[in-house]
Amino acid sequence: MAANPMTQFEVYRIGPEIKIGAFDISFTNASLFMVVSSLAILLIFNLGAKKNSMLPNKIQLLAELSYTFVSKMISDTAGSKAKPYFAFIFSLFMFVLFCNMFGMIPYTFTVTSHIIVTFVLAAFIFIGVTIIGFIKHGFGYLKLFVPSGVPIVLLPLIVVIEIISYLSRPISLSVRLFANMMAGHTMMKVFGGFVISLGIVGGWLPLTFSVALTGLEILVAFLQAYVFAILTCIYLNDALNLHH
Amino acid sequence: MIRKYFFQLIFLYLFFSKEVFAAESGGMPQLDPEFWVSQIFWLTLVFGTLYIVLSKLILPKISANLELRKSQIQENIEAADKQRKDSELKLKEYDDIILKSKLESKNLFNETREKTLKDINIKRDSLEKQIDEEIKKAETEIDQLRKGAPEKINKIAIETSSEILKNLIGTEINNSSISAIVDDLYRKNVGKYYGN
Repeated sequence: MAANPMTQFEVYRIGPEIKIGAFDISFTNASLFMVVSSLAILLIFNLGAKKNSMLPNKIQLLAELSYTFVSKMISDTAGSKAKPYFAFIFSLFMFVLFCNMFGMIPYTFTVTSHIIVTFVLAAFIFIGVTIIGFIKHGFGYLKLFVPSGVPIVLLPLIVVIEIISYLSRPISLSVRLFANMMAGHTMMKVFGGFVISLGIVGGWLPLTFSVALTGLEILVAFLQAYVFAILTCIYLNDALNLHH
Repeated sequence: MIRKYFFQLIFLYLFFSKEVFAAESGGMPQLDPEFWVSQIFWLTLVFGTLYIVLSKLILPKISANLELRKSQIQENIEAADKQRKDSELKLKEYDDIILKSKLESKNLFNETREKTLKDINIKRDSLEKQIDEEIKKAETEIDQLRKGAPEKINKIAIETSSEILKNLIGTEINNSSISAIVDDLYRKNVGKYYGN
């Protein structure tokens, strides 16, 4: 019968168990797909950067279009001050995008459908952005929590809300990506299960849905990577150009 | 309609697969902390490596390629612009030359025309003068001839008549009487012979 739609998210060891102290850092299927995604990124962009011809070939065009796409995204949202962080945001965007996309291949593992992975990325971004903000503005960075033009009476409430919203950034950032990926893949698995259980007679309807959902999920895979990267840019913008 | 079927299907599926769920007792594998440390470790390692390789090796190359292409295109555009300007300048020069030469040729033509006209006028004037002089000369000559003619004729007539009379009569006759007769005749017939 239909398998549990959640089994696709199970992590299992590949190879021997590696332990450092009390910590288990064995190589798992999640690690495998992280490595595969990164190698794919490196391969594509290395080929795209290898030779420079006046008329770029397809792979060079792909690399250069991605470069200008991310570069434009950063300069549009965070301004020219964010240029030193270009490489990080580019890596982040590509990593999330490739992990999402590799997850769309049947029988693969989606790295970004795990809350711990997205949370580590989001927490790193959150801590990094906060440190950058304090380095650039000193304690003036705390003005971020005091929006200008707010009546004094409302100010204590607003400040509390602002602080809560700031602190919830890593959670919202990570849960958004994780929940989207998990929900999408679960849904596809469920519809795939329908196709099997309803058989040749009734299976066509869920099959149609499955095909449509695959398209939707590819869109979501790109969109979530984009959202993840652009939110990072926005947070970075807050830290670099204090508007309040 | 489709929507109704859709929800019915989900309901049926959940109804029939409840036992399966119960048997596997999965829940969300994401919330099982067994491999969290492993995932954090590998994520840090892999993403860190990716970041370092991209930022140190690959992205500078792509950036340099883009810059190079941009500058090359810019250079080409500038070169084309320069050449266009040059050609425009040349065209202007050429136009100027043509205009100048046109003007020059016009001037030359006018000058020559005037000079020729002047020459012709001078020549014509001198010719006319010469002709006038010749005509005048001829006229005076004719006048003189005309004036002298009656006298000469009279003289001839006198001499001839004295010769004829001498031969006829054989004696010398006084010329003055003959000339008186001739003069008389001449006065009578002057209108007949020299009528204008």
